[in-house]
Amino acid sequence: MTATAKAPAAPATRSLISDQELARPRNRVVYFAVLALTTVLFAAAFLFPLYWMAGSALETPREFAAQTPTLLPKSVHAAAYRDAWSQMDIAHFFLNTAWYAAGGWLIQISVDVCAAYALSKLRPAFGRAIFAGMLASLMLPAAALLVPAYLTVSDLPLLHLNLLNTPWALWLPGAANAFNIYVLRRFFDQIPGELLDAASIDGASRLQTLLRVVLPLSRPVLAVISIFAVVGMWKDFLWPLLVLQDPDKQTLSVALHRLSTSTTQVPPTEMIAGLSIAAVPMIVLFLLFQRHILGGLSAGALKG
Amino acid sequence: MATSLAPRRPGPPAAPARGRSGERSARRARLRRRVADNALAYAFMAAGIVCFAVFSWYPLFRGIVLSFQQDNLITDPQWVGLDNYRHLFDDPLFWTAWKNTAQFTGLALLLGYVVPFAIAVLLNELRHFRAYFRIAVYLPVMLPPIVSVMLWQFFYDPGGGLFNTALRGAHLPTSQWIQSPHTAMISLVLVSTWANMGGATLMYLAALQAIPGELFEAAELDGAGIWARLRYVTLPQMRFIMLVLLLLQIISTMQVFIEPFQLTGFTDPSTITVMTLIYRYAFAVNNDFGLAASMSVLLFAVLGVFAALYLRLTRETDQG
Repeated sequence: MTATAKAPAAPATRSLISDQELARPRNRVVYFAVLALTTVLFAAAFLFPLYWMAGSALETPREFAAQTPTLLPKSVHAAAYRDAWSQMDIAHFFLNTAWYAAGGWLIQISVDVCAAYALSKLRPAFGRAIFAGMLASLMLPAAALLVPAYLTVSDLPLLHLNLLNTPWALWLPGAANAFNIYVLRRFFDQIPGELLDAASIDGASRLQTLLRVVLPLSRPVLAVISIFAVVGMWKDFLWPLLVLQDPDKQTLSVALHRLSTSTTQVPPTEMIAGLSIAAVPMIVLFLLFQRHILGGLSAGALKG
Repeated sequence: MATSLAPRRPGPPAAPARGRSGERSARRARLRRRVADNALAYAFMAAGIVCFAVFSWYPLFRGIVLSFQQDNLITDPQWVGLDNYRHLFDDPLFWTAWKNTAQFTGLALLLGYVVPFAIAVLLNELRHFRAYFRIAVYLPVMLPPIVSVMLWQFFYDPGGGLFNTALRGAHLPTSQWIQSPHTAMISLVLVSTWANMGGATLMYLAALQAIPGELFEAAELDGAGIWARLRYVTLPQMRFIMLVLLLLQIISTMQVFIEPFQLTGFTDPSTITVMTLIYRYAFAVNNDFGLAASMSVLLFAVLGVFAALYLRLTRETDQG
């Protein structure tokens, strides 16, 4: 992409305005004015709020209340971050969320990879119907299932187990992820059958074939699914709000909401420090894996 | 499938020589193999099928049943026929919630549908800082929604909030934002748009980059100016993705929850939405799960129309 931006004549990938048009002196001036304006506006709209969040938590509560807008903080106090981490117990909720995300990722991946592998390579009877049933759940709005799913989790059919306030209330419903199964199945379909046959002639069982042949080939798609799984778990709000009502078990998002509405006043700088801490893992993930994340989005757009 | 079975199937010339019993035992072996294959396949799928059955298929069924029952988790559920629906229609909040949800969706489309498209068209023409623009516009999407919403809650503070401070600094009239029933809804739409527009913007951008450059080339040779090219090349080429995103956006904005829930609560009639009312019925006020379920069924029916349109649209183009 950047290559086409620099090559002056690349008519195959030209867009609305051609490079020749842009090269005219008057258009160049307009172009750079628009570029500068967009750059500044994007910084103000999307980066500044995050900067404000990280910076306000560095002020003392008194400086924060004074609200004299300063672009650079006059002094730097890490106290709010420290208090949020220990007194507000953000550390505890941070670890909760990390544990839910890690466990949820492992369960989601194992359940969905096995199901997609069977659907793609073992071709069982009624496989198509089962796959269609799974895909149909993509069309079910989460909202429609909220109340009955809550009742189901609070009293599992047949087993009569109550999963409320346990990680399983997040992990098991999370494993029913039709998007994962769809993407994985499509990827597995492209792995040539001869490769699997060769493995089975060498005496590998189906499980060994999956672990030693299919999974190593699927690293790119597993990476995308893993990122989306972890990000999804970290961002989720409504479902954990319902099934983890015990304050001790809550995720970071739910705990932040509870603290913001609780009667004991939390100093705003501490609250904002909590928000920053909740945001950091997602921002780090994004900067590390932006190619996967943005690439996954564009692929979705092109296949429609 | 046919090709993998072919070598195992006894060919017609070989069959008579083997005799009847040979054919039968071959068929039995084949059957045994298929049963074993299926058993193995179902062993692999078991966990997935159970998860879908328990947490997706069964709740759908149970939700519909529940909407005809009275259930408060304390006494046994009772069959009450259409009572829940009758109660809903009698509740003034029910109508307010639908009106507010429609208003939110409408405003969110006005902003959240047009703005990402315009930004994508603009970004596609910019030859510099491409990575920066993409990362910046998508950053809010990565934030946990509660973080975005609570951050904006600080911005919206009528006293010392960032927005009013900035407006005062520019000698412009300030606003009560979420604290006034007149501006509460648009405030919710603003934060929601900020937090979610990155996804749509980048999808439009990807679709724009897939438009063949020759189309613009040809239009330019025919003397079409920039606006004409936008109107007669870009827009027709983008029609499909615009329609798809329109439907997806309607489906997701009608389920808006966290913005009103955190910013204005689930009691304020000026911003109560369908989802916050469902929450209120089931979890906040009187644990009336039947009433909440009947509201969910209605929401499901409305969203189902859009989902069906979406399916038809994407399936048609799959075939075409």
